[in-house]
Amino acid sequence: MSYPKGTIVRNATVTRLNHWFTGLCFVLLTLSGLALFHPVFFWLSTLFGSGQWMRAVHPWLGVCLVVSFAGLFVQFWRDNLWNRDDTAWAKKLDKVLDNREEEVPPVGRFNAGQKVVFWGMVLIIPVLFVTGLLIWEVYFGDATSIETQRVAVLVHSMAAIGAILIWIAHVYAALWVKGSMRAMLHGWVTPGWAYRHHRKWFKSLAASGSPGPTPDSTAKFREH
Amino acid sequence: MADLQSQDYIRRSATNLTPPSVRHHELEVAKLIDVSRCIGCKACQSACMEWNNLRPEMEEFHGAYENPHDLNPGTWTLMRFAEYEDEQGNLEWLIRKDGCMHCEDPGCLKACPAPGAIVQYANGIVDFISENCIGCGYCVKGCPFDVPRISPTDHKSYKCTLCSDRVGVGLEPACVKTCPTGAIMFGSKDDMKDWAGERIAELKERGFANAGLYDPKDVGGTHVMYVLHHADKPSLYSGLPDKPHISALVGAWKGFLKPVALAGLAFAAIGAFVHSVVAGPNETTEEDEAAARRELSGKGKDAP
Repeated sequence: MSYPKGTIVRNATVTRLNHWFTGLCFVLLTLSGLALFHPVFFWLSTLFGSGQWMRAVHPWLGVCLVVSFAGLFVQFWRDNLWNRDDTAWAKKLDKVLDNREEEVPPVGRFNAGQKVVFWGMVLIIPVLFVTGLLIWEVYFGDATSIETQRVAVLVHSMAAIGAILIWIAHVYAALWVKGSMRAMLHGWVTPGWAYRHHRKWFKSLAASGSPGPTPDSTAKFREH
Repeated sequence: MADLQSQDYIRRSATNLTPPSVRHHELEVAKLIDVSRCIGCKACQSACMEWNNLRPEMEEFHGAYENPHDLNPGTWTLMRFAEYEDEQGNLEWLIRKDGCMHCEDPGCLKACPAPGAIVQYANGIVDFISENCIGCGYCVKGCPFDVPRISPTDHKSYKCTLCSDRVGVGLEPACVKTCPTGAIMFGSKDDMKDWAGERIAELKERGFANAGLYDPKDVGGTHVMYVLHHADKPSLYSGLPDKPHISALVGAWKGFLKPVALAGLAFAAIGAFVHSVVAGPNETTEEDEAAARRELSGKGKDAP
């Protein structure tokens, strides 16, 4: 993959593919999950062929999501560790929301909002997976007591709503902060984008002469 | 067969609008199972298989008279046998015909996510409309009596229909028709309660002081009722629930959570939109690019 001259690599090709596969699974799970959750959304089951097909496919999509998200976790966890910059950033959330980013303390590769999205999903997806297995009628319908399944289905629904709320914030932030969508679609950002939104990350790349996404990224990307 | 073109629904699963219900002038029916008259012959079980063309798989002997050992997709009613030693040291053989209770407030219907997969007719019968069933197993979680069973073959949920097809044309259910001792009766719910009252008075005269009718209130009453000699302890009869009710977990899942969740999602989406209108996009400026260039050249590094 080559990137336009003078740009910074925000997300490597593998990361981007991994991200969009996860996103596809998430969207399909949301559509089928909402159809199973509330009658006003049941018509969404048609997108999957029929209610029966939707019921059959939903758990398998969940399995795909867990595997795919594990890949994202491996690639992102280190840059999502919470530090003092994040606390300082979070305290200026009002300025962030008002697009006055020059008044907000600089942060590294991810800001506190992105980290909340990341750790929120890290927390919720395993809960969805485990409770989902418990209510996977075809394979595990007889594995646990009905009372256990009642708890599981309630927790599963609540966790799913939590995940969808986080997802709405995630998608909106990507639309709101211009250049983010390109960073995940095509992988690159302009130096100004990095300077404005993730100055410490930008400076660490500048100091090491790395093309991104991390200061120790190999120099082969520099050829672009 | 779909749903016999019903226009007498009082409830329809996963449906917010009033279902076709103009033909509501119907008697509420009930099946009355007089446990004290049952001899455990299983004729009802056979008649159920016969009428409904069910042939469940042959099972192995499980050390009890039950056969098969539990309800299954092809066994909609099952004789359950319990041996009970009473206070006087007498052995009592408590035989109960298990199956769908046709609750007035059906937990299965409340839990079902598929529109029209579970319906309740004006006569009180709770029926599964298989062509709408998606096989999710939510009815199993909703049922206070552990009755519905999902077929591993066609992934549809099955249970007693109270012979809704027979009742619809003025016949009594097959089990009622076949019972040789008159232990199973069928008629209007009021008549069945009156009949039960007479029978209970008789039982009390005979020394069963706690004889009574099982028509549990927490599910709004049922359209299958039992006359029990020990109505104070229904669980003696192979675990008939003492106080059956729709689980509070199911209530929270199907009641409170649905509107709250929808409101939360709508609030988040609208909030995002309003933010976009009010605050607008966050765009990288030419100053940012210039500052970034200065930073890169000032450090003597190549542009990355």
